[in-house]
Amino acid sequence: MIDKIFLLGNPNVGKSVVFSRLTGVHVISSNYPGTTVEVSKGYLTIGEEKIEVVDLPGTYSLESTSKAEEVVVSLLKEYPKDKSVVINILDATNLERNLFLTLQLIEEGFSVIVCLNMCDDATHRGVHINVEELENLLGVPVISTCAVTGVGIKLLKERIRQAHPNPKNKLTHEARWQEIGKIVETVQRLTHRHHTLREILEDASLKPLSGLLISCVIVYVSFKIVRFLGELLINRIFDPLFFNIYQPVLERLSTALGQKGFIHHLLIGELINGKIDFKQSLGVLTTAPYIEFAMVLPYIVSFYFMLSLLEDIGYLPRLAILLDNLLHRLGLHGYAIIPVLLGFGCNVPGILSTRVLESKRERFIASTLISIGVPCVPLQAMIFGLLGNFGGFYVGGVYLVLFSVVIILGVVLNRVLAGYSPELLIEIPPYRFPPLLILGKKLYFRIKGFLVEAAPIVLLGVLAINLLLYYRLFDFVTGVFAPVIQGLFGLPKEAVVALVIGFLRKDVAVGMLMPLALSAKQLFIAVTLLAMSFPCIATFVVLLKELGLKYLIKATLIMIAVSMVVGSILNFVILR
Amino acid sequence: MILNTMRKLSLIQLKENQKAKVLEISGGKGLQHRMMSMGIYPGGEITKLSHFALRGPVTVRVGRSVLALGHGVAAKIIIEIE
Repeated sequence: MIDKIFLLGNPNVGKSVVFSRLTGVHVISSNYPGTTVEVSKGYLTIGEEKIEVVDLPGTYSLESTSKAEEVVVSLLKEYPKDKSVVINILDATNLERNLFLTLQLIEEGFSVIVCLNMCDDATHRGVHINVEELENLLGVPVISTCAVTGVGIKLLKERIRQAHPNPKNKLTHEARWQEIGKIVETVQRLTHRHHTLREILEDASLKPLSGLLISCVIVYVSFKIVRFLGELLINRIFDPLFFNIYQPVLERLSTALGQKGFIHHLLIGELINGKIDFKQSLGVLTTAPYIEFAMVLPYIVSFYFMLSLLEDIGYLPRLAILLDNLLHRLGLHGYAIIPVLLGFGCNVPGILSTRVLESKRERFIASTLISIGVPCVPLQAMIFGLLGNFGGFYVGGVYLVLFSVVIILGVVLNRVLAGYSPELLIEIPPYRFPPLLILGKKLYFRIKGFLVEAAPIVLLGVLAINLLLYYRLFDFVTGVFAPVIQGLFGLPKEAVVALVIGFLRKDVAVGMLMPLALSAKQLFIAVTLLAMSFPCIATFVVLLKELGLKYLIKATLIMIAVSMVVGSILNFVILR
Repeated sequence: MILNTMRKLSLIQLKENQKAKVLEISGGKGLQHRMMSMGIYPGGEITKLSHFALRGPVTVRVGRSVLALGHGVAAKIIIEIE
């Protein structure tokens, strides 16, 4: 009896899209190899039976070369072959390379059903595949699908039962490629087409000069769009909502509570000049929702809109080629740009996706650099919101400091750590233009993920802070750390509270700085320290999971040391 | 004989847009496996697309896919020009 279905295929063939179609469970899919680094599970109902479906990270063969691939191979080999079906998903535009894994699976005696995905794209590119002939030659069912639109998925479900083992002699790698050559020659017909604009752009982004030019344009335009969209949302939607509709309600509540007292302190916070000030009152109903919804959420929306678009088009791996050289000096290779970019959204998925890197050494370097030098969207939004008042010079300065720290620390780590880092070896996907619906869905799930995770912590966090402040429980901590904070970094001792809160959430921490009336220099140092010192608790947990305790301690010590040094240098040397 | 060895090059030495046949991958087993599973195998065809300066990566086309290889890996791919 079959009780498990594995989805297996080369990287970037659309396994996750097929998975979502089969199970209704949404997982993030993009157009670059290595989007899926974790195993997702869901259920498919066939007739009366519920079968578990497992979405696996992509792999080129059954010999693993990265951590993500290791997971696949061990999962697959541990489960009894007679109780599982492998849906082998292929990219129809690239039959030859995809068949390597297919033949390996069949040789190993798995019950295989082949899902020839991206058929629409294949037709566009002049690739025609004779599906029946392919089924005859392989001896296992072959179904052509287009998972993005849902074509062929029904047939795939119907034929899952027909999957059966068809073991063959194991071939050497060379012999397997010869066999594939024969199969492809029989089943595939290519029609010649003129170069499309898409192909011209694909080629241009691979050449050094035009590639660099394109990347500059794309990075600049993306940045502009993120800012424009974020500000538009704030000025047109969230600020009016808060000031025109929400504030009058709160003012009435404040009056009803007598404008002071314990409850008033918790919910509304302090009145500034007799009025509620969303940025300074620090209440559970005032500052907490304002930070989350009016300052951070708009940028979450605009950042993930842009990132999702670039992911789905397939631009990101091209950036990896351009940055390979630079990242090599940090002990990484070009593909480390993917975790870094994800880290700019939130460090948690960023560090998870370091699994696309091959060695533990690279993963340690990348995770440490991300936790120290890559600020997440909530933190960045707050930096823009607060420091932006003093001028773009200061905001740019924070990024410059972080960038320099990453480069210097990376070079040092690369020198100090034993071993060497592997080289870039990746596939560059073709450009694809996803249906807006797919893009919208991905954006929706990312925003929902942010709200579900952040909102409760922010509300409870502000509540906890207010209680601690009310009962003056912070005084002890403030007293202990005050010499460091005041002496080394030139910050008022109240800033200790913010740095401690940074462990909980970075956006709330910066929010705590708002009522302190810091000078530009102090604010600059405080937010830089917040960005570099301890990551938030969620990131900490992921670091522990991915690196283990020993490396987590190493990373933490590095963070503390770097923060102390950079904070002091900023205070005594650069901003004197 | 001399002519024969002359035609053996590494992927680094190949010119852009030039096509060649892979002779061997002079690396460890892990690298060979990985290359082979991605479509670079002795006897297979390979076309160099671009080469980035300062020991930067090399991009190639094998079959219908485009791959990017670090400089060090590219140097290990020995090819033969027809």
